[in-house]
Amino acid sequence: MKRTKMNSNTLLLFITIALFIVMYAAGCIIYGSKGFSHFQTFLNILITNSGLLCVACGMTCVMLTGGIDISVGALIAMDCMFLAVGIDRWGWNPILLCVLVLVIGLVFGFVQGFLVGYLEIQPFIVSMAGMFFARGMTAVICTDQVSISSGWFKDIAGIKLYMPFNIGAYTNSKGVLQVPYIRVHVVIALIVLIVIFLMLRYTKFGRSLYAVGGNETSAKMMGLDVKKTKLKAYMLSSFVCSIGGICYCMNTLTGSVQQATGLEMDAISSAVIGGTLLTGGVGNVIGSFFGVLINGTISTLVKTNGKLLSSWSNIAVAALLCFFIVLQSIFALLKERRK
Amino acid sequence: MENNVVLTMRGISMTFPGVKALDNVDFTLRKGEIHALMGENGAGKSTLIKCLTGINAFEAGEIHVDGIDGAVVNHSTLDAQNKGISTVYQEVNLCPNLSVAENLFIGREPLTRFGAIDWKTMVKKSQKIVDDLDMKVDVTQNLEEYSLAMQQMIAIARAVDMDCKVLILDEPTSSLDDNEVEKLFVLMRRLRDQGVGIIFVTHFLEQVYAVCDRITVLRNGQLVGEYPIADLPRVKLVAAMMGKDFDDLAAIKTDDAKDFSDAPVEIDAKGLSHAGTIKPFDLVIHKGEVVGLTGLLGSGRSELARVIYGADKAQTGTLKVDGKEVKINAPIDAMQLGMGLLPDDRKAEGIIEDLSIRENIILALQAKRGMFKLLSASEQNRIADEYIKVLQIKTPSRETLIKQLSGGNQQKVILGRWLATDPDFLILDEPTRGIDVGTKTEIQKLVLQLAGEGKSIIFISSEIEEMLRTCSKMEVLRDGAKVGEITENLTQENVMKAIAGGGSDE
Repeated sequence: MKRTKMNSNTLLLFITIALFIVMYAAGCIIYGSKGFSHFQTFLNILITNSGLLCVACGMTCVMLTGGIDISVGALIAMDCMFLAVGIDRWGWNPILLCVLVLVIGLVFGFVQGFLVGYLEIQPFIVSMAGMFFARGMTAVICTDQVSISSGWFKDIAGIKLYMPFNIGAYTNSKGVLQVPYIRVHVVIALIVLIVIFLMLRYTKFGRSLYAVGGNETSAKMMGLDVKKTKLKAYMLSSFVCSIGGICYCMNTLTGSVQQATGLEMDAISSAVIGGTLLTGGVGNVIGSFFGVLINGTISTLVKTNGKLLSSWSNIAVAALLCFFIVLQSIFALLKERRK
Repeated sequence: MENNVVLTMRGISMTFPGVKALDNVDFTLRKGEIHALMGENGAGKSTLIKCLTGINAFEAGEIHVDGIDGAVVNHSTLDAQNKGISTVYQEVNLCPNLSVAENLFIGREPLTRFGAIDWKTMVKKSQKIVDDLDMKVDVTQNLEEYSLAMQQMIAIARAVDMDCKVLILDEPTSSLDDNEVEKLFVLMRRLRDQGVGIIFVTHFLEQVYAVCDRITVLRNGQLVGEYPIADLPRVKLVAAMMGKDFDDLAAIKTDDAKDFSDAPVEIDAKGLSHAGTIKPFDLVIHKGEVVGLTGLLGSGRSELARVIYGADKAQTGTLKVDGKEVKINAPIDAMQLGMGLLPDDRKAEGIIEDLSIRENIILALQAKRGMFKLLSASEQNRIADEYIKVLQIKTPSRETLIKQLSGGNQQKVILGRWLATDPDFLILDEPTRGIDVGTKTEIQKLVLQLAGEGKSIIFISSEIEEMLRTCSKMEVLRDGAKVGEITENLTQENVMKAIAGGGSDE
């Protein structure tokens, strides 16, 4: 197969990756003394954001069709609350609860996808309704902040998967060898990432998502089932979001009504920074992965600094978003000009 | 059924609310021919195509496709595609964000043993398809990297590769330049030689004669006839489309045209154009002159007028009004210069349905004065009453809503609106369309009377007789360009010949 020449979309992806590397390298130089340069810092970004990574993957698929799904943050809160209350108060089997969470995700996505695909309602409105519903249901399950205090869900979440061959290991001030580790939910999130990447590239459904977002009428004319594709996209988003919910819960081990507020916006901004167009048809989960990493790096940088208000990370994300949106439209204009 | 016929449509009828869009139309397509489907706008070309491809449902008639037993009824374009009928439209129906290979294969991608898309095979097959058609395309590139013409050819390649027997090209050349059109023709001829039956819908007469083997003409939803290309020279084709029997045309003499060459020049346009609608044209209009724009529907008559008026901004050329060079960026500039445009689509661009006659009349004058110089109520009433009287608008009162008036009276109100601004130059686009004969004559008289007062007028009409009565000069348009000017011997015969153009083979 001939190598594809670099087009503006791959260029955007490279800019995102380069930006992440520059940002991270700068962090290592400036905050090296505060431990930022340790490999564990990078892994911590993955650990804290495993839920967001799953959600961003699902969001990318929906955005590829030209849609949006703003219900994901609330859905995560609902999943976490359900898991926490189920395990801690009702004493249900954690595996059963996880399966239920995934089924709920599928049903939730089916309803949203049906409304968007078959009844042709604006995705924003549909998923806004979904958002209110899920956030409301969270409070119906329980209004307290519930922690998972025992049981093997907690045990699995607590497992540290150490890096093999002591990669990135260092000896701390007390002379103890620190081997970097990740957690189970990071592995889950990375598997989700890889599966969705392969799906987008190598399955008919994956390519249909691009076609529908590129030109809906054309997709229909070329014999694709646009409605079904949209339905599946929203089901996929909610399903992957539920996996993200489990990851999120493994990380926080709590359920609370205000949990994961605004997570949908983080997911959207990660996707956009990663080169996904809101208009659909262009994007890639690899980009979204780096978008998540950039988001995580920014907040870690702000935290490591210690003196900055945490809101500065919001401002940094805002600036980055502007940068990427402007970049995208410049590329679009250049393309227009070339014709 | 004849041999080598791939498609027959018999007795197709269909009705839109209130209009018989197709009335018992027959159409036959043979293998390996390019068959032009001709007719003015609204003749039923698109409707017939849509009946064939399943977008519209027809009420009566039968469609037969070679190789399929029994009558065929398509319920969707996909349905039609599966039966070997593919359509390529003016706007390309492919996905610009996907590679050329994917656009050729989406929905039927080759798969590997594991059920994943086999990119290698897909690229190889795609490259072969485009190479076989002599198209210089790298199939791994995104579709949007290629010109519109190339995209269209890729769309055709996709259709052909999906085993289409009937290829419908619906106005495929409208946004292509001459070079690209030629490339498209090469591809069309090649496909014809491979045995594909091609239906070519276009309003460019030249292109029909360049590439087609046979012509079917429709008019007002009815079949006029099917002709081998050699039997239907241009002038006869135009006559067939417009519904005039050329041989029987009585030459209607008009009075000797007045000579305006000494009168002062009101409008002097040089090289005005608007991409995609009208090619550069020159036009001189003297004071008191009525100039007619003639040509088939869609030839660029209204478009020419819109460029002068600034409704479509001129992209090249210069315009002098009263000897002074001016720049018109929007209609309001034109109004300030004393122009007025009576648009052809009265309902959409002319009247404001839910306003009264008075409000509709003062609209343009108020816009010209600006929103801070309101016309007083008494002033408004005076103006409205004046034009109701002058134009003999039949209405119970000046406060009646305009939508309650008949078409002819609505038209008079719009005319009154422009007369109220005291224009020096008026563009009347189809002012008599859909109006009864009596009112038509009144409007024609009014046009002549206004010209007599020294106003310059562009008069656009589909009825040549009407133009002959009112105009002293006719500009002939074809395919978006001004192709001629008739100042002497204004007869129906001459005008028709000019519209048909080129082929003086009659």
